[in-house]
Amino acid sequence: MARITEIEVNGSARRIDADPETSLLHVLRDQLDLTGTKYGCGEGECGACTVLLDGIPQRSCLMPVAAVSGKRITTIEGLATGGRLHPLQQAFLDEQALQCGYCTSGMILTAWALLRARPDPSEQEIREFMEGNVCRCGVYHRIVAAIRRASDLMKKSNA
Amino acid sequence: MNLGSITQAMNEPERYELDAPPQYHFELDRRHFFKMLGGGVAVFLVLKPLRAFPQSGARSGEGFSRFQRQLPQNLGAWLHIAPDGAVTVYTGKAEMGQNIRTSLSQAVAGELRAPLGSVTLVMADTELTPWDMGTFGSRTTPQMGTQLRRVASVARDVLVRMAAERWNVPVESLAAADGHIMNRQNGQTLAYAELAQASALAKAIIEDDPLTPATEWTVAGESVAKIDGREFVTGEHKYSPDMSAPGMLYGKILRPASFGATLKSIDLSGAKAMPGVVAVRDGDFVGVAAPSEQEAERALAFIHAAWNTAPQISDRELFSYFKQNTEEGNSQGWEGRTSHEMGSVTSGLAKAAHRLKQTYTAAYIAHAPLETRAALAEWKDGSVTVWTGTQRPFGVQGDVANAFQMALDRVRVIVPDTGAAYGGKHTGECAVEAARLAKAAGRPVKLVWTREEEFAWAYFRPAGVIEISSGIDRDGTLTAWEFQNFNSGSAGIMTPYEVPNQKIEFHPCKQVLRQGSYRCLAATANNFARECHMDDLARQAAMDPLEFRRKNLNDERLLAVLGAATKQFGWGRSPKRTGHGFGLACGTEKSGYVATCAEIAADRASGMVRVIRVAVAFDCGAIVNPDGLKNQIQGAQMMGLGGALFEAIRFGNGRILNGQFSSYRVPRFSDMPEIEVVLLDRKDQPSAGAGESPIMGIAPAVRNAIMDATGTALFSLPLVPDGLKA
Ligand code: FES
Ligand code: FES
Repeated sequence: MARITEIEVNGSARRIDADPETSLLHVLRDQLDLTGTKYGCGEGECGACTVLLDGIPQRSCLMPVAAVSGKRITTIEGLATGGRLHPLQQAFLDEQALQCGYCTSGMILTAWALLRARPDPSEQEIREFMEGNVCRCGVYHRIVAAIRRASDLMKKSNA
Repeated sequence: MNLGSITQAMNEPERYELDAPPQYHFELDRRHFFKMLGGGVAVFLVLKPLRAFPQSGARSGEGFSRFQRQLPQNLGAWLHIAPDGAVTVYTGKAEMGQNIRTSLSQAVAGELRAPLGSVTLVMADTELTPWDMGTFGSRTTPQMGTQLRRVASVARDVLVRMAAERWNVPVESLAAADGHIMNRQNGQTLAYAELAQASALAKAIIEDDPLTPATEWTVAGESVAKIDGREFVTGEHKYSPDMSAPGMLYGKILRPASFGATLKSIDLSGAKAMPGVVAVRDGDFVGVAAPSEQEAERALAFIHAAWNTAPQISDRELFSYFKQNTEEGNSQGWEGRTSHEMGSVTSGLAKAAHRLKQTYTAAYIAHAPLETRAALAEWKDGSVTVWTGTQRPFGVQGDVANAFQMALDRVRVIVPDTGAAYGGKHTGECAVEAARLAKAAGRPVKLVWTREEEFAWAYFRPAGVIEISSGIDRDGTLTAWEFQNFNSGSAGIMTPYEVPNQKIEFHPCKQVLRQGSYRCLAATANNFARECHMDDLARQAAMDPLEFRRKNLNDERLLAVLGAATKQFGWGRSPKRTGHGFGLACGTEKSGYVATCAEIAADRASGMVRVIRVAVAFDCGAIVNPDGLKNQIQGAQMMGLGGALFEAIRFGNGRILNGQFSSYRVPRFSDMPEIEVVLLDRKDQPSAGAGESPIMGIAPAVRNAIMDATGTALFSLPLVPDGLKA
């Protein structure tokens, strides 16, 4: 089987030499040193490994690298532009929506997709959309507040 | 004080003046020190022998790296101001989400009167930081926080004195602020950097110098954001599993068929035949290292092993097993039996108008930090360096040294800020495993435990059985209190209520699952049983639970949090919707005082219990970082909800049956109640740690609220793993 997969990660084209069954999570972390994407469970239950595939949040731990060939992948490292934090990143800092921070990248990327679909989500919508992401430190309230703050920030910058 | 172990020799200082109290002398290799620090001002805090590194003649010196051996051996912490004004503080504590990197920096910046941004903490590195027992027991704030404030305040005094000399003015005419010394008379200023440039001065102090009272704190006492927060929201921070080294291999361990199983036979040839794979068997240890994680997994699958196993009990028999298998001695290295008796329970019960006897249980639960155990190990010239997330870097250093029968100073453990621990990362098994594989491979090896491994092969919060027998008189005053705890532990076992006749005992039991500390230790289980029982008694006495507690409490701080939480909650005033119930609980542990009120909604038809609203009041003395504290309290409520409602480890025959997030449910967004936090800032009281004790009120408050809503008294943690029974 072909071992080379071409993907686009955070705007640059990458040729990956790996067994096609290797998970995208391992490719990102071990081959591209994009370690902001985390392993938490390997079974799609915690969301720590979330990345955006053509703008849709996906669990990279369950995604064989061959399945993302030709797709645009965004990881947490690709969210800030020119040293400027994305409003979600800024809002997570403003609300101190982290303790150990291990869940943070998955939370932010999942929230990114939420805000794209629903620029002004209600608290209930946030809870439902984020349900698949675990924060064992229990920072949930602040994460909800951060997502709402980011929504405000983004509305302002679009206005 | 026994000073026999402290060496009496000292190198004559050249540029460094070692300004030590006369009875202490240190072997300080000045040149090495210079090279390391490049001049400036350094202040070392010397611990009294009792609290310092446990050094017997045989061990003395052995616990220290080459650099540390040049330093006094009983250091608590030290601080250095470099010629460019950068302040670096060295502490053996580890950051795991409790936010101490920030709160300790605040404490230092405050005492030193330096900008927060000028302070850097070097933490938890056995080569660079002073020996530390470990980051647990809520000791960081009361002990390390205090030590660092002392060090910083002395450093400030040193700077003031240096400026006074330079300007030839009395110290009283000078003030320190914002990284500068200012002459109050003429407004002249000198930056700390300028003073540090001109000198190379080291000063040692003893731990009990006076401190700035909390009422005069500057940076401490304010809400400050996580100082390196940006690295976390951008994904730049490297946790242990994110570390790498050139030529690194990936490790995997072959886990035994069940707990305690031993190898009967093994065939490694399949794995060894794979290119680039190293397979190791050493006793019952079997593992592989390979160029990628996937190859390592595949290699593991090629290993054929047979194990000797023995039948073991399951979660179903657990509680009766504990009762029949107490171990009154201290044979597991776990705490031994404790017993406290006052008055006579028998006569107290005889006097009682109402008597109540009840048994409460708590299941084993898992810490399940989102970052699983991970370690990167690298050998060089017979020494090994391990990066790993642990609460006990120096303990793990010892574990690794023991495992390879080598001297401690050949092992360096570095703890990158970690993806949480909650009491669950005291041990160094992953570090030892990675080091063993790296040694065999002759290359660096990284080992990241899978979630399943983390569930099965770490350790658990102890399960336990608690029996309470009590009596109250006609007006609701406690007359007797007997409390027997089997296995879960003795933390928080003493009752804060006034009872003339009490007997309180903890009985260690034969180990069933590997158990260890968990956020707040046994105080959670003990407080659960006690606070459930208090509500059950209040019901018997037909009294309001708040009134009943107040009647039996004398502890001013506990009464204060109880008052604050119930006021916030609207206890006795809030209207109650049908199917809803209100409950409260309080408790004190590790100098933290907590009271929690909960509102729940129970749906009889579906059996669903939802926690709607929680009000929690907390007092941990003078507050260092209010928002950081609030964050910890909110998080503790969320984490505590899991253990309260549904978390339980199921096991049988030496295997964990629900060791995955798909089968072991942890709290999620949908479980969020509204949480209101009231902070009681007691500037007159020393600051206590706050990562642990706020967790202890939520479970009994929820249980008591369920009783209020449904009339059903529950006695086990978790309360409703499968919903309310009809
Ligand atoms: S690691 Fe992918 S969902 Fe948990
Ligand atoms: S901040 Fe620790 S897991 Fe979310």
